[in-house]
Amino acid sequence: MAHIIDRRLNGKNKSAVNRDRFLRRFKGQIKEAVARAIKGRSITDVDSGEKVSIPVKDISEPAFRHGKGGVWEGVHPGNEEFVKGDRIPRPQGGGGGGSGSGKASNEGEGEDDFVFHLSHEEFMNVFFEDLALPNLIKTELMGIEEMKPVRAGYTNDGTPANISIVRSLRGALARRVALSAPTLAQLVEAEEELDEMLESGEENTLDIRHQRERVHALREKLYSIPFIDPFDLRYNNRVKQPKPTSQAVMFCLMDVSGSMDESKKDMAKRFFILLYLFLQRNYEKIELVFIRHHTSAVEVNEHDFFHSRESGGTVVSSALNLMKDIIAKRYAQGGWNIYAAQASDGDNWDSDSANCGKILEESLLPLCQYYAYIEITEGEPQNLWYEYQKLGARHRHFAMQRIRQAGDIYPVFRELFSKERQQGGSA
Amino acid sequence: MKPISTGSEWTFDLVGAYDRAIRTIAVDEYGLDIYPIQLEVITAEQMMDAYSSVGMPVNYHHWSFGKHFVATEKGYRRGQMGLAYEIVINSNPCIAYLMEENSMTMQALVIAHAAYGHNSFFKGNYLFRSWTDASAIIDYLVFAKGYISRCEERYGIDAVEELLDSCHALMNYGVDRYQRPQKLSLAEEQARQEEREHYLQMQVNDLWRTIPRRAQEDAVRAQVRFPAEPQENLLYFIEKSAPLLEPWQREVVRIVRKIAQYFYPQRQTQVMNEGWATFWHYTILNRLYEKGLVTDGFIMEFLQSHTNVVYQPPVTAKWYNGINPYALGFAMYQDIRRICEAPTDEDRQWFPDMAGKPWKDTLDFAMRNFKDESFISQFLSPKLIRDFHFFAIRDDDRQDRLEVTAIHDEEGYRAVRQTLAEQYNLGSREPNIQVWSVNVRGDRSMTLRHTMHQRRPLDNASAEEVLKHVARLWGFEVRLESVDDEGRLVQSWTVKPDRQDDWAA
Repeated sequence: MAHIIDRRLNGKNKSAVNRDRFLRRFKGQIKEAVARAIKGRSITDVDSGEKVSIPVKDISEPAFRHGKGGVWEGVHPGNEEFVKGDRIPRPQGGGGGGSGSGKASNEGEGEDDFVFHLSHEEFMNVFFEDLALPNLIKTELMGIEEMKPVRAGYTNDGTPANISIVRSLRGALARRVALSAPTLAQLVEAEEELDEMLESGEENTLDIRHQRERVHALREKLYSIPFIDPFDLRYNNRVKQPKPTSQAVMFCLMDVSGSMDESKKDMAKRFFILLYLFLQRNYEKIELVFIRHHTSAVEVNEHDFFHSRESGGTVVSSALNLMKDIIAKRYAQGGWNIYAAQASDGDNWDSDSANCGKILEESLLPLCQYYAYIEITEGEPQNLWYEYQKLGARHRHFAMQRIRQAGDIYPVFRELFSKERQQGGSA
Repeated sequence: MKPISTGSEWTFDLVGAYDRAIRTIAVDEYGLDIYPIQLEVITAEQMMDAYSSVGMPVNYHHWSFGKHFVATEKGYRRGQMGLAYEIVINSNPCIAYLMEENSMTMQALVIAHAAYGHNSFFKGNYLFRSWTDASAIIDYLVFAKGYISRCEERYGIDAVEELLDSCHALMNYGVDRYQRPQKLSLAEEQARQEEREHYLQMQVNDLWRTIPRRAQEDAVRAQVRFPAEPQENLLYFIEKSAPLLEPWQREVVRIVRKIAQYFYPQRQTQVMNEGWATFWHYTILNRLYEKGLVTDGFIMEFLQSHTNVVYQPPVTAKWYNGINPYALGFAMYQDIRRICEAPTDEDRQWFPDMAGKPWKDTLDFAMRNFKDESFISQFLSPKLIRDFHFFAIRDDDRQDRLEVTAIHDEEGYRAVRQTLAEQYNLGSREPNIQVWSVNVRGDRSMTLRHTMHQRRPLDNASAEEVLKHVARLWGFEVRLESVDDEGRLVQSWTVKPDRQDDWAA
């Protein structure tokens, strides 16, 4: 009779480790593939994960095998027309019709790429790997400290709500065992003596009565050991530890003026979507402020920021002023890490660019941990770029990059938020 | 008699009932000798897991298994590929997997095919009997997995992974072909492992001793070849003699080698093993039908699946991909039975020993004492050659055309049979590469020699890649020479290890 075992409830992810090993080993190629996959495409498309392909030759496991050439003899089924001595032209492509060497080359030719599916989670992991908000630690150290209770063993006193039942009873049990041990030993001994006396059947009733009394007294003594004693009680102990705060706010500033044509706006939006996803993913408690501007700036919600259409002239300083106001109103106290990302085509009302530089230099940059500016333009940099370049030279936490086409978005994003850059920058 | 079941749903009770019915036929009527059976019901995901770790229930972790898993998963999810319905493990008890999704008919098919067919083959065939130890393999894999994960903790995942990569590249050259290996035993492995580490290291140290000896002794020793004879088991040689390997690395090499050895018989008996299992599921399930234990629907579903399994597309078909081992093996066992039961004059002439003899004994003999190569050269009959329309082709790179050397006619039978048998000879299918010599006195470089067969060259790119792995294991320069039939050097490769102190550091 065969043994039948139901294994269905055993874990099914036995290969998870091997799969992770595989991903780990080909991280480099996967990263490339991810970057390729996202090029010129909106990241929101990949919400359900992504197909990734890496070249087969990179992942093949080598083994000694025969190459083409030499003499091969093989047998095949399904002969229809040949007779002995026929000479037939060699089939093209690896000699599949004629030889064992066809086997080796079949594998090579079949598929050029090894394609597989990354889950959304895995995709995002690869996508945002090694990226971080710069200088987040700075305000952590100097910011307001919040206290957080942390478990710290057990104490002898506390409030009833904190009684640790298991610990208390364990203590009580140990105490009972300890206290009763000598008495118990005496009791056992006394009972044995009593039994012996009774066995021997001597008439020595007085001795027997004494002995009985002794047994009785010992029993009483045992029973009087309390089941639980205030002494046994243990309380869960919690101590307060300072918790570093990392409140952070990200300002997203986007130019929606007339000079930003649809494709530029689209690129700016993609950049911010990337930023948005990145922040959502890595920092749970981060606030986002969306500011949109043409000649005047307004604070909008996420939906409007990404979706509504509006246009007009360009006064960049309006957005900077609004940002300044919002900081003063809502983020004035010290605990905030403030970040900003600004996207524009660099086209600005002439006399305003100098003004922008001034506002940034005097009011915003001292407050910000990091300020990133991206200019979306295909041609020569515009006036804002030159103005900002001066700032870049003086402030390390001011970064600027240009995006020329959709394919640049991801590399520029990585450049702006890569960990290496920040280590270099903060050193 | 009443059928065991009528619907297509399976239950544990039904699986048990079918198993009992099949056992009655297989063991009591046909006398199959089997290991005890353990049927395990698993889900499709678990089947993919099992699939990707070369079918073993436990195995060490390695990215290549992950790669197989990813590929399998992809194919399955897209519906491009059905999962194999059966995985069976050569262990004692013999473990066979039943996939939850299958119908009752398919479960019965798998039980007959794997749990009785393959099982009796594992227990009976001489290669499995003498080269693998069914009772110890699971324990050994548990040991291997534990050992390798301890190594990963101690030396880092990367170091172990690199080492395993190198070993895997040589896996086909990690088997003893002629010398019978020792039985694996968990207890013994663990007890002796430490001792072995120590002893091995001592031997290696002795081999590479650098303290100068007296001059005349040196002169004598300089003439001595090392290894004394060419060594075909590359991994064994590396395990015992590579100068720079740490004891744990030697142990890992040994693990890969032992596992390669375990799978070696399977590679040599594809046609025989699959054919045998297919023959028995076909015979057993038909017998169930004869006894009225299964319904018409059952047998139709089975026959449809069976027919797909044993289909052999002709060479002209677009999806022709070589000879289907199920088809050939099944046909051969059926044919042996036919020759025993109803021989023709031709059979009497070709197989005088078999014609008219009891078929069960003949079949049993054929299963026990052969491997694919000898099985075909012994039992392939003219009738089968005609049925399959076999023909032999010679592809000589010095000719601009292929030549048909034999077809299914009177003068061609023997040639076709010989060529087909040769096609299953692992010895000529894989390049013949051996450790030729080691420069013990000098730069410690190792020379491998590829003896060319029929002028077949090595694949250049892969040879270079594998050689890098060899160099990594050996720690010093490695040279590979291709030598033709007359001993002339045709081609050679030389690879130096990346950094000599790579692992020592």
